[in-house]
Amino acid sequence: MTTLNQADPSATNDVAPHEHGDHRMFGVATFLVADAMTFAGFFAAYLTFHAVNPLQPDAVYELELPLPILNTVLLLVSSATFHKAGQKLRLADNRACRQWLMVTAVLGLAFLVSQMVEYFTLPFGLTDNLYASTFYALTGFHGLHVTLGALMILIVWWQCRTPSGRVTAHNQFPLEAVELYWHFVDGIWVVLFLILYLL
Amino acid sequence: MILVLGGLWIGQNINLLPVDASANAPVYDELFRVLFSIGTILFVGIVGLVVFSLVRFRRKPDQLGDGLAIEGNLPLEVFWTAVPAIVVLFVGLYSYDIYDRMGGMTPLNHGMDHGGMQHSAADHKAMEGMDESDAMAGRVWGGIGNGSAISTSAENAVAAVPIEVTAMQFAFLFRYPQGDFISGELHVPAGQPVSLRMEAKDVIHAFWVPEFRLKQDVIPGQPTVLNFTPTRPGTYPIVCAELCGPYHGGMRSSVVVEEPETYQAWFNANNKLNVADA
Amino acid sequence: MTVSLPPQSEQHTPSLQPTGWLRYFSFSVDHKVIGLQYLVCGFLFYLIGGALAGAIRTELASPMSDFMPRDVYNQVLTLHGTVMIFLWIVPVVNGAFGNYLIPFYVGARDMAYPRLNAVAFWLIPPAGLLLISSYFITGAAQSGWTAYPPLSITTPASGQMIWILSVLLLGGSSIFGGINFIATVLKLRRPGLKLMQLPMYCWAMLGTSILVVLSTPVLAGTLILLSFDIVAHTGFFNPGLGGNVVVYQHLFWFYSHPAVYIMVLPAFGLVSEILPVHCRKPLFGYATMVYSIMAIVVLGLVVWAHHMFTSGTPPWMRLFFTIATAFIAVPTGIKFFNWLATLWGGRISLNSAVLFSCGFIVNFVLGGITGVALAQVPFDVHVHDTYFVVAHFHYIVYGGTVFVIFASIYHWYPKVTGRMLNEPIGRLHFLLTFIGFNLCFAPQHWLGLNGMPRRVAEYDPQFAFINQISSVGALLMAISTLPFLWNVVASAFNGEIAGDNPWKALTPEWLTSSPPPVENWVGEAPLVEEPYGYGVPIDQIDLKATSGRDLWSSGK
Repeated sequence: MTTLNQADPSATNDVAPHEHGDHRMFGVATFLVADAMTFAGFFAAYLTFHAVNPLQPDAVYELELPLPILNTVLLLVSSATFHKAGQKLRLADNRACRQWLMVTAVLGLAFLVSQMVEYFTLPFGLTDNLYASTFYALTGFHGLHVTLGALMILIVWWQCRTPSGRVTAHNQFPLEAVELYWHFVDGIWVVLFLILYLL
Repeated sequence: MILVLGGLWIGQNINLLPVDASANAPVYDELFRVLFSIGTILFVGIVGLVVFSLVRFRRKPDQLGDGLAIEGNLPLEVFWTAVPAIVVLFVGLYSYDIYDRMGGMTPLNHGMDHGGMQHSAADHKAMEGMDESDAMAGRVWGGIGNGSAISTSAENAVAAVPIEVTAMQFAFLFRYPQGDFISGELHVPAGQPVSLRMEAKDVIHAFWVPEFRLKQDVIPGQPTVLNFTPTRPGTYPIVCAELCGPYHGGMRSSVVVEEPETYQAWFNANNKLNVADA
Repeated sequence: MTVSLPPQSEQHTPSLQPTGWLRYFSFSVDHKVIGLQYLVCGFLFYLIGGALAGAIRTELASPMSDFMPRDVYNQVLTLHGTVMIFLWIVPVVNGAFGNYLIPFYVGARDMAYPRLNAVAFWLIPPAGLLLISSYFITGAAQSGWTAYPPLSITTPASGQMIWILSVLLLGGSSIFGGINFIATVLKLRRPGLKLMQLPMYCWAMLGTSILVVLSTPVLAGTLILLSFDIVAHTGFFNPGLGGNVVVYQHLFWFYSHPAVYIMVLPAFGLVSEILPVHCRKPLFGYATMVYSIMAIVVLGLVVWAHHMFTSGTPPWMRLFFTIATAFIAVPTGIKFFNWLATLWGGRISLNSAVLFSCGFIVNFVLGGITGVALAQVPFDVHVHDTYFVVAHFHYIVYGGTVFVIFASIYHWYPKVTGRMLNEPIGRLHFLLTFIGFNLCFAPQHWLGLNGMPRRVAEYDPQFAFINQISSVGALLMAISTLPFLWNVVASAFNGEIAGDNPWKALTPEWLTSSPPPVENWVGEAPLVEEPYGYGVPIDQIDLKATSGRDLWSSGK
């Protein structure tokens, strides 16, 4: 009922503090479960195609490993740096927190650039065949998540610029929500990497 | 007890189904009667209890108090958990048996070989390795294969009549590979197994003959099969049962079940191959 | 309708929120306002969906396709299904009653995320209007509410895309609502209130919301893939491009079978609230009711392929889904026997709420029996996609859920407005609805068994007579809405004053004024440890005893 920053990065979850205590992280977590089910649907579709629809003889579908491995490393490191940012915020060290946040955001953007490079070098396009379409749908949907995540990191980075700003040691919710989201996106990438590239 | 007897009587004596015209239809009707009996007993029993409770325990004008404070009864709960579980288990096993007799549990790509189809070489590949891309052509994705009810019958000596069904908006086409001709109407000999191999050209259709109690979706890109043995000569409707476009309701054809001699005459009149039919 | 503000909550007073009737058109964060918004909005869509059903039954009154063009008929049946499911039953039975009742039941002043709650509601009217408007702009989708490809890819793209967009919005609304309910039930309980003391509707909504959160996103993902097939010409579900149409069906039914439980579980919960109050007896077997809800949730997630027995599914899959589906009958059966036992030995007031609840039991039992039969593969192979199935699921969703919605309106109307509904008109409404409904749908079982497929505009003339009976039943159902509408509108102004607790109920929503104040209670929320503590112990039956054990606890 009370008002909170409407431009909150977690505005996708539009949560407000409440007299009954703060359950916003619970809501974020539940939302991520729902989001995970969307990915689960995509993965299930891909695995089913994999099991019953063999690649047409003339279809081109080959994936290189080096770039995706680099991507995996980028995202895993960014998870660690985000964790560092959270630790610094709890110590009320906004300056260090912002530095780590910026590192995380840059790693996320590097991932997106690398993903773009991969898209442009792949020998197949979106509508070439079933596997190509599924590949682009899955990585594209994940990339959308990374893009949103990077934007939210930058917003949090902006919001904790002063010790009296929106995100402080006393109000960590925006940072915690984005952090959970970011770890979730990284986790999805690991599953995606295993299924799409290694299987 | 009266309820049970009454339910059984109703189940056995009220016929809601059209005539049966294939070997599996009587098998199906047997299942239907069992389900109908159980359903009638349950439905009448529960409705009876509701009506009785509403009448017997209704609040009379001089009654101001509450009902009895009964919060639960464990033995009773166990009883009405166990009884439905047993009934459901029985129905499940029974319908499994019925389905098996209809041929539903026959491995599809294996059953094809016994069906005497022309595609058996491709089917073998489909069984051995899915990753061989040419196996796709012979793969069967769903349907009802040859049933034990049919294969144990005397007719098994006769090879099944292979027919290729093509569904499109908004018609069925029936191709007889043994005679290399196409018919708009399905003719089948009575008492002889028939094996339909079905594929759609555009959208999903479904092949349904109510008098055969059989239905199978006809899917583009995924061939399906339907095996049955017609028994009762006559003309029955073939109905498309999957929404396929504006003229879905008009997508009908008919199946003509004929005595073998009549069928043979019809077949010979249309036969485009000179070889005599097997 | 004025509300008295509790004195200690002035700092929370949403000063920018309009008061009076205007708040029902605003972005209100009050759960009671949102609940009523859901209910009225849903009911308006119900009238639209009902009009579409009327058009279908008019077309089917004759075997020829003579009332409307064939493609319009397909648009009408698609809209009818989509409107009734996504804009009437799901929002009303979850959103309306859930928002109104759940905060009361857990002893909270609002939902866990009030603003998210308002967002969830305000997604619905635009999505609904978008869906309806597609008919007038470009022609609505023509592929049924299931939107099976390749049909949905080959029919006109614009209508199908609008359909996908509006279903995505409604799915989002549903997910936001589900998150809110889970958090409210699990996190917002009043201190001292244990989970196993919650009224049954909380459990039903918890189970439902788990299903919503787990399955709706899969539908969203599937529809996104389908929209790529339509717009970007990918080939996920397009066999011409190497796709697999059956995968769509698996993904679609992974949501849409649980959707059935999303529609009926809350109805189960509402009946469990209504029956004990009017029977003056405790709810029979509380614990088993809770376990059976959870069993239904778990089983409900693993039975989807029974909608695909005649599709391209291998034999082992048909067998597994037969058994899983049949076993859902066990927990469902437990609930029905428990309601019967609740009726048994009670002091039942035969009012409209009880009549509709018992109508629900009768209809749903029939729908459940045909459901178990349909779960058997050999049975389903004959009647799949026929009018037998149409009859079956209308017995579940109309005879089941819609009857409960009406029962709930009769039960909670005094709570919301402070006035009683007219009882004789209510009984007339029940009689017309019950007769009309059964006249409309019972004959359709026979139609399906004898060879009439569903979703057809024209059919074998031998079925004409039975179809006409069914159409008369539909007309009766349409007429039955009139006394109801009159009753609801007239009673709001002229109804008998109800008092705070006309049913002498013990559940928390009745332990405050009617209509309740903003933030639900003046003072602290009451702790209700026995929401169903009605009845007199067997050893001291006294016909003149006063009703209800005195359980008014703290705060009064």
